[in-house]
Amino acid sequence: MTSQAATAKAMSPSRSAVDKTSWRLRWTRIKRNRWLYLMLLPVIAYFAVFAYGPMYGLVIAFKDYGIFTGIADSPWIGVAHFERFFNSIYFWRLIRNTLVLNAYGLFVGFPAPIILALLLNEVMHGRFKRVVQTVSYLPHFVSLVVIVGLVQTFLSPSTGPVNLLIKGLGLDPINFLQEPGWFRHIYVWSGIWQEIGWGSIIYLAALSGIDPTLYESAEMDGAGRLARMWYISLPGIMPVAMVILLINLGNLLRVGFEKVFLLYNGSTLEVADVISTYVYRVGIQQQQYDFATAVGLFNSVICLILLVIFNWMANRAEQQSLW
Amino acid sequence: MTKRWQFGDWVFHSANYLFMTALVLATTYPFIYVLATSVSDPIRVMTGEVWLLPIGLNFDAYDIVLRSKTVWNAYGNTLFYVVAGTSLNVVLTMLGAYPLSRRSLYGRGLFSFIIVFTMFFGAGMIPNFLLVKELGMLNTRWALIIPGAISAWLLIMTRTYLQANIPDELVEAAQMDGANDLMILWRLVVPLSLPILAVIALFYGVGHWNEYVAALIYLRDVSLQPLQVILRQILLAQMGLDLTTMVDDTFKEALMAQTLRPATTIVATLPILLFYPFLQRYFVKGMMVGSLKG
Repeated sequence: MTSQAATAKAMSPSRSAVDKTSWRLRWTRIKRNRWLYLMLLPVIAYFAVFAYGPMYGLVIAFKDYGIFTGIADSPWIGVAHFERFFNSIYFWRLIRNTLVLNAYGLFVGFPAPIILALLLNEVMHGRFKRVVQTVSYLPHFVSLVVIVGLVQTFLSPSTGPVNLLIKGLGLDPINFLQEPGWFRHIYVWSGIWQEIGWGSIIYLAALSGIDPTLYESAEMDGAGRLARMWYISLPGIMPVAMVILLINLGNLLRVGFEKVFLLYNGSTLEVADVISTYVYRVGIQQQQYDFATAVGLFNSVICLILLVIFNWMANRAEQQSLW
Repeated sequence: MTKRWQFGDWVFHSANYLFMTALVLATTYPFIYVLATSVSDPIRVMTGEVWLLPIGLNFDAYDIVLRSKTVWNAYGNTLFYVVAGTSLNVVLTMLGAYPLSRRSLYGRGLFSFIIVFTMFFGAGMIPNFLLVKELGMLNTRWALIIPGAISAWLLIMTRTYLQANIPDELVEAAQMDGANDLMILWRLVVPLSLPILAVIALFYGVGHWNEYVAALIYLRDVSLQPLQVILRQILLAQMGLDLTTMVDDTFKEALMAQTLRPATTIVATLPILLFYPFLQRYFVKGMMVGSLKG
């Protein structure tokens, strides 16, 4: 080793003495903070039982689980459930629906709050701006049951305002909710309606953090509104946007159960059924616990892998990443 | 703002204001429609005459809904879940966030990681269901309170707030005055943390109010169901409940559905709609704290 390192080694106390001291220090710290650990106890216990506990239950994805035999005693059957899922007629349909709903939703739903934030940023009347913001956040807090109820009311073939308008124009009413072709549009655009306002908050916060002198000097250099947005505003919110995009990409194969479940019906099953709703039907309703767990595990693992991949890509591109 | 507007500015700002107004209208209209149809004559609703203002002012729907035992029961259930659930949520979240906000805590990083990891990977619907079953909580009120007792995201948000707003010096000063950590938490930290406690209470509260999936999966008895589940069944006209037995015949039943559905929707959402304007700034503040994360 180098002479510097050799000297340092010769001058420092022996390794075991260092370890003893640092352990004693750590122990003192722990004892001093004992009440803090006590406070943490129920919290960690909660996560241990309700977040990590079920992960033990994941093993039934590899077993032939019987309710009465219990998890530990049920026999192993390896990857049979996964094979069954991959070979099932539903497999590609579920993957396709999940991906399409997410991709479509992302394609429209990712830029929408950004655009809203950029436009709101240009509104000069403070009062009007606040009113718009307050109103636009409201749908986010309304339950999905109500949102879907509103959708069903508005698109009702007989009494819904949309169809009444259509009939008024002399056209035939469209049964939106029963038409597979409409499902994805309804799903995505109702989501935009619900979340565009709330989603813009974080971008507005980022925009307010941009140095105003940047705008001033750009304006003096003759940059128009669009140019200012493109060269100043957008780069300013890019870090935030990247994080959000990453999270959404990582969840590309995860579509929330609740909204699809509330919105779909027998006619739209072909395009609406996603992995989470399949897991619910097969697992909770049909009680095929082991098989459904396998499907769910497959989903979770893919999502984790996607998240890691996208995060790695963001790291490589020297962009903002999640960790 | 002394810059004179050019033609381009006029065009842009007009379009922008128009867009914003349209957004406001598009957001509020559905609620106005629901409100209007809930107090209108059912026949007029069915024919589609009602689109903005009520026609044939008629409070029958509310009369039926507000006399329905099922709805009241569900309301009571939801209130219970909101109050009991949120209390537990806030207490546990605070108990977790405060220690993790102290730099001197050994193992802080590890504990934080354990918690944050749960935001990225979970066991899924079925193992969670089986766990609740094993614990004997299935079809009990506890199933809606305990399994979701702590939100990792809200805990981290609280931790961030405490890290920034409760300086170590303050805690050390209290310690030198002889206080132990429990007293510090209760007498010093909590009073100083009321803003963030309000924020997380609101988030948790709204979550409980809107709860549907957990009730769907874990609860069987109608007597335990919260408001959203009952609302859903009414919206799908699946409830042969005491609502419709108050109505005479099947035609009138179908007719009354026109106003019963919006009326129940309003009843189920009213607190949110009423309190929202006053409370929304807390939610927004919470979002900002939470997103400038650690």
